[in-house]
Amino acid sequence: MRGKFRLKLLVCCCILALAGAFAQQTEAKQEELIVSAAASLTDVFQEMGSAFEMAHPGIRVVFNFAASGALLQQIHRGAPVDVFAPADQKSMDRALEKGLLRAGTRRNFASNRLVLVTPGRATSSIEDLQELTKEEIAWVSIGNPETVPAGWYAKQIVILEGLWETLQPKLIFAESVRQVLDYLNRGEVDAGFVYETDAAISAGKVKLVAVLDQGEAILYPFAALAASRKQDLAQRFMEFVTSEEGRTILATHGFGNP
Amino acid sequence: MEKALVPLVLTLKVAGLATLVSFVAGVTLAALMTRFRFWGREFLDAVLTLPLVLPPTVLGYYLIVLMGRNGWIGRWFYETFGITLMFTWQGAVVAASLVSLPLVFKGARTAFEGVDSNLEKAARTLGQRELAVFFKVSFPLAWRGILAGAMLAFARAMGEFGATLMVAGNLPGKTQTLSLAVYAAVQAGDDRFAAVLVAITSLVCILVLLLSGKVLKSQYLREVER
Repeated sequence: MRGKFRLKLLVCCCILALAGAFAQQTEAKQEELIVSAAASLTDVFQEMGSAFEMAHPGIRVVFNFAASGALLQQIHRGAPVDVFAPADQKSMDRALEKGLLRAGTRRNFASNRLVLVTPGRATSSIEDLQELTKEEIAWVSIGNPETVPAGWYAKQIVILEGLWETLQPKLIFAESVRQVLDYLNRGEVDAGFVYETDAAISAGKVKLVAVLDQGEAILYPFAALAASRKQDLAQRFMEFVTSEEGRTILATHGFGNP
Repeated sequence: MEKALVPLVLTLKVAGLATLVSFVAGVTLAALMTRFRFWGREFLDAVLTLPLVLPPTVLGYYLIVLMGRNGWIGRWFYETFGITLMFTWQGAVVAASLVSLPLVFKGARTAFEGVDSNLEKAARTLGQRELAVFFKVSFPLAWRGILAGAMLAFARAMGEFGATLMVAGNLPGKTQTLSLAVYAAVQAGDDRFAAVLVAITSLVCILVLLLSGKVLKSQYLREVER
């Protein structure tokens, strides 16, 4: 009796697994566009993707969000990506040097600003960058400057202010700008460097201290990749982002015009 | 090469201490659970084995929520003593201990259950106290299984990545262990340094395996000769 039950269970499991496999296959019939985008674009591009899918039935946009440096390494090693949208010109320049971009498709589509924030419930209060040296500020989170553009921008500004050496022992490197934001949301660090658009997402949980615009302007570029077989689709997606509708979506999330 | 020495030393320190912690905790818990029968025993067994099957990121989340500066336990700790596990190598030890605990615990429990209870009873009739029975009879007889578990625990602690990244962060020179350093080097496109780190890690792991094989074998031979 028990053996029979087990057999039934096994058959059921097999059927479920097969059903799952078939369901995936039918899904694969849709055309897929893979976009590797900076972590700071997570929310705005998800909305952008839905809007694009609505306008183009039968197309599915798949996003890969991470630190721009990490995305570049993936693409360099042959990841099947169609559109690359990092948060800095440096990553895009490197992609260009390595011959990864399709000529003539590179374009800036948005701008952003770097800000210094503290956790909303923080007991300590600071008013500008210089005050990060205060003793009550134990930890300052910053994206790893090697791979995270927000971290690189922040490093340049901190160097410009002559604080890099002093702040070094307090710095907590994060894997992406969104990890910095998470540390701030949880109150695990006393201050952190994120984009204005990130701070806006966590309004209430984080407190804006200062807008840091003394460094170079932050412009988001994107381009189709040379190895992509969906140049048409990639082009259509990029046109959508820069269209009236795309610009409105970018603006509602706080991104500026390039 | 010297740059790789820092994460190597840190990894050995973290993995060594984590193995020590999980060894003491795992053996104690296994001994108690073999000796006493109580309500919810198998449930406790399942909970203690959980870190083996749960994704490390889930463990990392639990640790942040519990031990973080604003966590349930962490907040009290921070306000009372002014210390926190977040972003410290001690935090990495806690994460590594947690993931390696089930390996010691499971190995020890199986080993203790395999000990002939007649031998323990005989020791008791000879007037030995419970603690003496444990250290003179049960533990020596279960030693091989426990040691095998501890070796695996050390290897697992060395390779710990997910929970460590979430709790201790990836701070070069402070909490960046070998596995984290490899990740950072690959992400930054520093393939040369990544290759050095990978070679070192592989070498250390092979050494650990060879050493454990040797220890276990000589132990076994001694037992056979007896």
